[in-house]
Amino acid sequence: MRYLGIFILSMIFWLLVTFRFTLPNIAAGVVASAITAAIFGRYYFHNVGKFLQPRRWFWFTVYLVSFIWACIKANFDVAYRVLHPAMPIKPGIVKVKTTLKSDFARTLLANSITMTPGTITVDIIGDEMYIHWIFIRSEDPALYTRMITGRFEEYIKKFAE
Amino acid sequence: MAAIILISVGVLFNIFGCLGLIRLPDVYNRLQAATKCVTLGCCSILLGVLVHFGIGGAGFRALVAIPILFFTATVAAHALVRGAYHFGAKLDKRSVKDDYREEVK
Repeated sequence: MRYLGIFILSMIFWLLVTFRFTLPNIAAGVVASAITAAIFGRYYFHNVGKFLQPRRWFWFTVYLVSFIWACIKANFDVAYRVLHPAMPIKPGIVKVKTTLKSDFARTLLANSITMTPGTITVDIIGDEMYIHWIFIRSEDPALYTRMITGRFEEYIKKFAE
Repeated sequence: MAAIILISVGVLFNIFGCLGLIRLPDVYNRLQAATKCVTLGCCSILLGVLVHFGIGGAGFRALVAIPILFFTATVAAHALVRGAYHFGAKLDKRSVKDDYREEVK
């Protein structure tokens, strides 16, 4: 079942990239996807049934919108810090606790944190994420955990866990 | 017209990212500029390409490239930051906090 999931995903990806719906092209796509599924199939998708729940797609859309918004904000934030003559930075590495359990959800959270304003994920050890922050706004762990993981953690929990 | 605006914005943000690479003090801060500004700058350029060529052919490929760019950029940034820390790159003297040090030892 999980082999089928990755086969369909890589097939969709092939069709999007090549964007030609002729028979030889589709046949080549099938062969390439089959090889991909045979090699990487056992690493991903421990529960394919999750893809079929509309509730998860809804939260995925919410997450996507807030993610894109955070990306745009991050850009202006970095541009502001770079262009400001005095360079308002106060960098450091902080430790943040995450409540997410699955590897996939944690990867997504780490990626989202990297794209949000001023933060970049350095490492995950156990339940703790180490995050480089360009401007530490608070010294209180509970407060900065909420600032960094923010809404992403609850959205990701709703669609990926 | 929209394509020109999008591509100009993208180039502008790429310039900001490069400025950040020069101006910011240490590896970690420089990577911040490199990942954020440059990634969204490139996304903006790709969106401009999509608007210019329309759906189908090159435009659609540009759209597919955006999520790939996001994933690879974030993963590469994480790997570079972690590698730099383990290699021993120092944090800038303006840094106020380093929780990671105890964990690595």
